[in-house]
Amino acid sequence: MATTASRSGARTIFRRPDSNTGFWGWITTADHKKIGIMYGYTAFIFFILGGLEALLLRIQLSQPDNVFLSASEYNAMFTMHGTTMIFLFVMPVSAAFFNYLLPLMIGARDVAFPRMNAVSYWIFVFGGIFLYSSFVFGTTGPPVGGNLAETASRLGSGPNGGWFGYAPNSGLRFSSGTVMDYWSIGLQILGLASLISSINFIVTVFNMRAKGMKLLRMPVFVWMTTVVAFLLLFSLPIIAVALFMITFDRNVGTLFFDPSMGGDPILWQHFFWLFGHPEVYILILPAMGIVSEVLPTFSRKPLFGYPAVVFAGAAIGFMGFGVWAHHMFASGVTPITQAAFGLSTMAIAIPTGIKIFNWIGTIWGGKIKLNTPMLFSLGFVGMFVIGGLSGVTHSIVPADWQQTDTYYIVAHFHYVLFGGAIFGLFSGLYYWFPKLTGRMYSEALGKLHFWVFFVGFNLTFGPMHWLGLNGMVRRTWVYAEETGLGPWNMAVTVGAFIIALGVLIFMINWTWSKRNGPIAPFDPWDARTLEWTLPSPTPEYNFAVNPVITSLDDFWHKKYSEDADGRPVRRPEATALLAEYEEVGLNPPEPIHLPNPSYYPFLVGAGMPMVGYGLIYDNTAWGIPLLLLGAVTIVGSFIGWGVEPLEEPHADHHSDEPGHEHPGTDGEGS
Amino acid sequence: MTRRSWIGIALASSLFTACASGGPMDSLDPQGPIATDIDGLFRLTLNIATVIFVLVTGALLYATIRFRDRGDRTPEPKQVEGNARFEVIWTVIPVLILASIAVPTVDRIFKYTSCADDALHIEVTGHQWWFEYNYPDDGFSTANVLVIPTDAEICLDMTSDDVIHNYWVPKLNGKRYLVPGQATVLLLRADEPGEYWGQCAEFCGLSHAKMRARVIAMDPDDYADWLSSQQRPASMPADGTIEQEGMNLFLGGQCVSCHNISGVTASNPALATGSIYGPDLTHFSSRDVFAGATLNHDDPGAIESWIDNPPLIKPGSFMPNIDLTQQEIEALAAYLRSLD
Repeated sequence: MATTASRSGARTIFRRPDSNTGFWGWITTADHKKIGIMYGYTAFIFFILGGLEALLLRIQLSQPDNVFLSASEYNAMFTMHGTTMIFLFVMPVSAAFFNYLLPLMIGARDVAFPRMNAVSYWIFVFGGIFLYSSFVFGTTGPPVGGNLAETASRLGSGPNGGWFGYAPNSGLRFSSGTVMDYWSIGLQILGLASLISSINFIVTVFNMRAKGMKLLRMPVFVWMTTVVAFLLLFSLPIIAVALFMITFDRNVGTLFFDPSMGGDPILWQHFFWLFGHPEVYILILPAMGIVSEVLPTFSRKPLFGYPAVVFAGAAIGFMGFGVWAHHMFASGVTPITQAAFGLSTMAIAIPTGIKIFNWIGTIWGGKIKLNTPMLFSLGFVGMFVIGGLSGVTHSIVPADWQQTDTYYIVAHFHYVLFGGAIFGLFSGLYYWFPKLTGRMYSEALGKLHFWVFFVGFNLTFGPMHWLGLNGMVRRTWVYAEETGLGPWNMAVTVGAFIIALGVLIFMINWTWSKRNGPIAPFDPWDARTLEWTLPSPTPEYNFAVNPVITSLDDFWHKKYSEDADGRPVRRPEATALLAEYEEVGLNPPEPIHLPNPSYYPFLVGAGMPMVGYGLIYDNTAWGIPLLLLGAVTIVGSFIGWGVEPLEEPHADHHSDEPGHEHPGTDGEGS
Repeated sequence: MTRRSWIGIALASSLFTACASGGPMDSLDPQGPIATDIDGLFRLTLNIATVIFVLVTGALLYATIRFRDRGDRTPEPKQVEGNARFEVIWTVIPVLILASIAVPTVDRIFKYTSCADDALHIEVTGHQWWFEYNYPDDGFSTANVLVIPTDAEICLDMTSDDVIHNYWVPKLNGKRYLVPGQATVLLLRADEPGEYWGQCAEFCGLSHAKMRARVIAMDPDDYADWLSSQQRPASMPADGTIEQEGMNLFLGGQCVSCHNISGVTASNPALATGSIYGPDLTHFSSRDVFAGATLNHDDPGAIESWIDNPPLIKPGSFMPNIDLTQQEIEALAAYLRSLD
């Protein structure tokens, strides 16, 4: 790549940011690790918000006919609890893991398109802020009956049509305020963020693997990331179209879902779940990838049936697109449809089972260390078995007619997405904490967190199974005392507060250990994958020397050989090898080029809510100007970005030498 | 498997279903043949799931304890990378189990999604937030309380007037949507006379929680009596009574623009267009419950508090608070109680 004066910063509108530290360093960074960290913290803030919403819901339901929340407050809380946990917590925290770890695990110095990565993050942040600004600016509008008694909300006006936004309740006639516009446009923005990052991850995985890292030598976490990226790529356009349709229905008078004019409200459900079911696997597969890394490491054994686990993950991804109507068994779809989707739902249990059996095969005969990450991963497997089995009971279609829209379903998907995804994600947070911070977390607090979580989780979501079967319907802000549902609901509420205590313990552990934990040894877990060949915290350039891979679990095989029995024997040179990794890792033999920081990704993100507000308030004097300003900001930023080289030729801390390895594809393509 | 472990599984499975509340919405306490059949299918699946749960979780716990790192006493593990035979086994066995429950599943789907030719048809229309029942053969309409004969297949022909609702009487059958602009059917069948609780199960707006239902199953003879009583016009209050005062208020005020009382209200334009429509009140007090089946007639003051401020009880209610005086409220309540 030739570097000429014309490609320097002279063409850009702003002076190129050059700080890698401090506030502007974070705002303008294109470093996948910093972006990953920001994703993580931002998602965690939303996790706290979603959790507080859940606690309010649980206080309200702790006894029959409670008056703690009003109906409109309750509806906003359950809508935003679901929306937040799915779109603003689990998805972005998974993106945090992808961002931080994917390049490290495949031996790359960054993702394929570093600034696009930053754009994904900033669009996510501004999309989340936009969605939540509904509580400040949104209006619920009067009910159709026009009777306003008791519609005042002490919590502001949040979206209140459910995270599923079923038509026609989410349409203009039944939600005449602006809150559902905030919801539909907010999700549109958030979807864009995920779509961009999915393309980025796919290109990264297929183009930037280290020498020798064939596809079937990739860590399972990378595999699951790849499957998730494809799921995002194919499912997000569906919800994008559907959200556009509902936005058009609400704002420009199209009638896609309005039955009074021949539209079809069930069509919305097909669109929503055709996205929504792959979405479930988008949420769970990253955690499955994490668990597939943690279990082998702490069992000191390779993953049992690596190819089976990989193919099962891919199979789940494919089949995930063919089961959506099981969310609609009560909708009156034809018996043929119900039978077909019942059978496909049963079928998806098979690859899921394969994963579980292989995980048990992995720990079987191992030498199991019950550190915090391992506890969370084992907890994941146990809880996921329960969630998986209750999932199979939904595929028994007539039984699902009883279960659907009850707390039995709430129990099921929390066993999958909390006992599953969130346990897996916490496992990953503890497992890679030393990599991230260079320090060790407190094992005592970590284990306490696990057990508090485990008890709180099961107390919260276990009784929901029988609450649902006993007739507790979802999304109801009150229930009658005669239903006999009071006592278990109280237990559930207590459980929810125990979970909150667990989160508090985690936060204490994290903040304290990040500053005061003991310095992490190099390779603290005697691990198997490439990221542990790097010093902790990871240097900005990741790999001082580009790694060469010769096998699956390459790092492990560099440390261990096997005796005649097939048991690992530490190679005599292993200790020296680790010392060398540490030494070289901190002192790259050659200068390394990295993408320069840029203002533009932030500005692209900042333009999104302007367009959103402009669309919602297009009937006011400032609506259209704001929309145009947002559009100009976005387009202008893309142009500025287009003429700005990925790497400045005379950036302060790296010289430009011919033939260097650089992390981007071609220096301009991102 | 030893006998003891089978007992353990049976215990675990029954522990789960023993958590039946005995409450009026308990799907684990089915009453009609349809719900009982579905419950049987669920319990079969639950038992299989319990066996799998015990085996898998048992293996997980056993491995965790048995292969725990006990320092030097635990040797380095053999580096087993997989086993093709195991992969086949734990693929094929689930396939066989699932295939075995797939057969009755598909059978029941077809069995319970269409009505028999001789079924008794009743039309159900969902409104925010109450269910309307129309008896097309008998020419009357009622609300909140669905009355059916025992030992007969009831075919509910359902639709919605506004948003999507979901009809659920757990002891008699599973759920089915009521979709605006579309027709769905739900079968009900009760063997025993009795009162069965129901609830709208799909989120349908502000007062979704207060959209409840009752099904009263009667012996065929009682049902015939009930039918003829419902076909009568409304009782007329005697002159000079408080009930008559209430009727006059009803006819002279806003009530009549949404509610029909056969033999009392003249046809009025709002009712004719069906744009604003409340429950038919002709035999209001023959129904145990009102206001979306959330209030009992027998509770002292229930009718009065409802008339006084409906949106307070059912947020967003189409029935407004029209600032009636206490005297007016009492007169109207007395009139409504007289509509047997």
